[in-house]
Amino acid sequence: MSKLEARDVNLFFGAHQALKNISLQMEKHTVTALIGPSGCGKSTFLRLFNRMNDLHNDMRLSGTILVDNKNIYQRSADVDALRKKVGMVFQKPNPFPKSIFENVAYGLRINGVRNKNYIEERVTRSLQQASLWDDVKDNLNRPALQLSYGQQQRLCIARALAVEPSVLLMDEPTSALDPASASTIEELIYELKIKYTIVVVTHNMQQAARVSDRTAFFYLGELVEYDETKIIFTHPTHQRTQNYVTGRFG
Amino acid sequence: MSKKLMQAVMFTLFRLLSLMVVCILFSIVGFIAYRGLAVLRPQFITGLPENGMTEGGIFPAIVGTLCLMTGSLLIAFPVGLLSGIYVSEFAPDNRLKRFIQIMTNSLAGTPSIIFGLFGMALFVNQLGFGDSILAGSLTLAILVLPVIIRSTEESLNAVNPAIRQASYALGATRWQTVYRALLPLALPDILSGLLVSFSRVSGETAPILFTVAAYYLPRMPSSVYDQVMALPYHLYVLSTSGTDPEATRSMAYGTALLLILIVLFFNVLTVLVRRLLSKYVNIK
Repeated sequence: MSKLEARDVNLFFGAHQALKNISLQMEKHTVTALIGPSGCGKSTFLRLFNRMNDLHNDMRLSGTILVDNKNIYQRSADVDALRKKVGMVFQKPNPFPKSIFENVAYGLRINGVRNKNYIEERVTRSLQQASLWDDVKDNLNRPALQLSYGQQQRLCIARALAVEPSVLLMDEPTSALDPASASTIEELIYELKIKYTIVVVTHNMQQAARVSDRTAFFYLGELVEYDETKIIFTHPTHQRTQNYVTGRFG
Repeated sequence: MSKKLMQAVMFTLFRLLSLMVVCILFSIVGFIAYRGLAVLRPQFITGLPENGMTEGGIFPAIVGTLCLMTGSLLIAFPVGLLSGIYVSEFAPDNRLKRFIQIMTNSLAGTPSIIFGLFGMALFVNQLGFGDSILAGSLTLAILVLPVIIRSTEESLNAVNPAIRQASYALGATRWQTVYRALLPLALPDILSGLLVSFSRVSGETAPILFTVAAYYLPRMPSSVYDQVMALPYHLYVLSTSGTDPEATRSMAYGTALLLILIVLFFNVLTVLVRRLLSKYVNIK
């Protein structure tokens, strides 16, 4: 049984078809990279799995999206529970203008956790997992916005991990960061896949090659090719994939 | 003309026009202060009107205006805040929402005398509150409601959308997102909208004319069903329809000055509260 699955997915925003007939399966504890030129639908595809596209009110969807073999778009589906299970990290770090501690505790508080010790334990653990603990342990009450950009992004990862999701969606998580911070995040992705299923949208080919097990190449709303990352980067089936990963277009 | 010269000409023009606005404001305030400062003594502020309002103080009018400000905002703030939150965060983006927005704007542009007549018809007569603080506060509340709704709505919309997404992505409901993530950030703006309404309420005359304001009532109100005197109406009475307008001229200027000082006080308070809150919520 695969962890995440899309079956025959077509997605429209108004009259514009953003995704065309996509079927894709992603296994547990793997990192899948979604690549393709801007506007190809990869971010939109990513956001299907935590229903963030629902915020657009002119969205229409056909086909099935399964998380743990459950259709997350059926009428009885609990969107808030889904988003707790499927965490997300955005392109630009978007910490709340609260303290470091309160940022990480946010997800716990909104899920009704009151136990102070448990919250402290989860905050500590999540900051450790996001390799931010050593940077911030001296003062967790500092405003999150005083952290560097790279630290803020790791804080956002910690915030997502605090509610114990099993999937982590990352939408170009390093594109706004300097190279050193980006490589810290990449290492983190590599470590996190032991516990989580990770899907990462990226424009950076080296990054896709380094961190992912499988890679999906999107072009104009279609899934051109989906295979093991090694194969996509060395012997892709389609000429278009070859051109894109070697930087001849995009 | 060279583009540098053009820029110099335009900027000079802008500067002169801005300066003119400042001059107008200063000359109004200056003139009133010049004519009114002499009467602004302690017993003018704390005393009762005497001798056909030609002597004594304006204390009942000050108390009346403060009662109306408090009363109207106790009603308008919760209603306006919740409506603004509804329109910004909960209402589906459809015709109904746009209809509500257009209606809110029209309400904001309605002449205040209309509110006065409406308040008299509904609160004073139909609901039988009589000329009272209650009727006056309700009328003023309707008057400032659109201001509060719009400022709430705009303040929430001005919050970085990334914050909203971050909250939803963690499994927060809409209400949790509003309450925990958006409101703290929007609060400084919402409160400045509130304080603007405060100034507005303090100076409105037409809405209270038929709903609460007393011509002469030298005692303190004992319940919300009492009539009160109010500063703007008292000013009108002193300068046009008092027992002896010539004799009360300086008292009218004193009253006007006091009204301006109250408005000024709330504007300064707005700036201070904004600063304090912005620091507190730590927006960069």
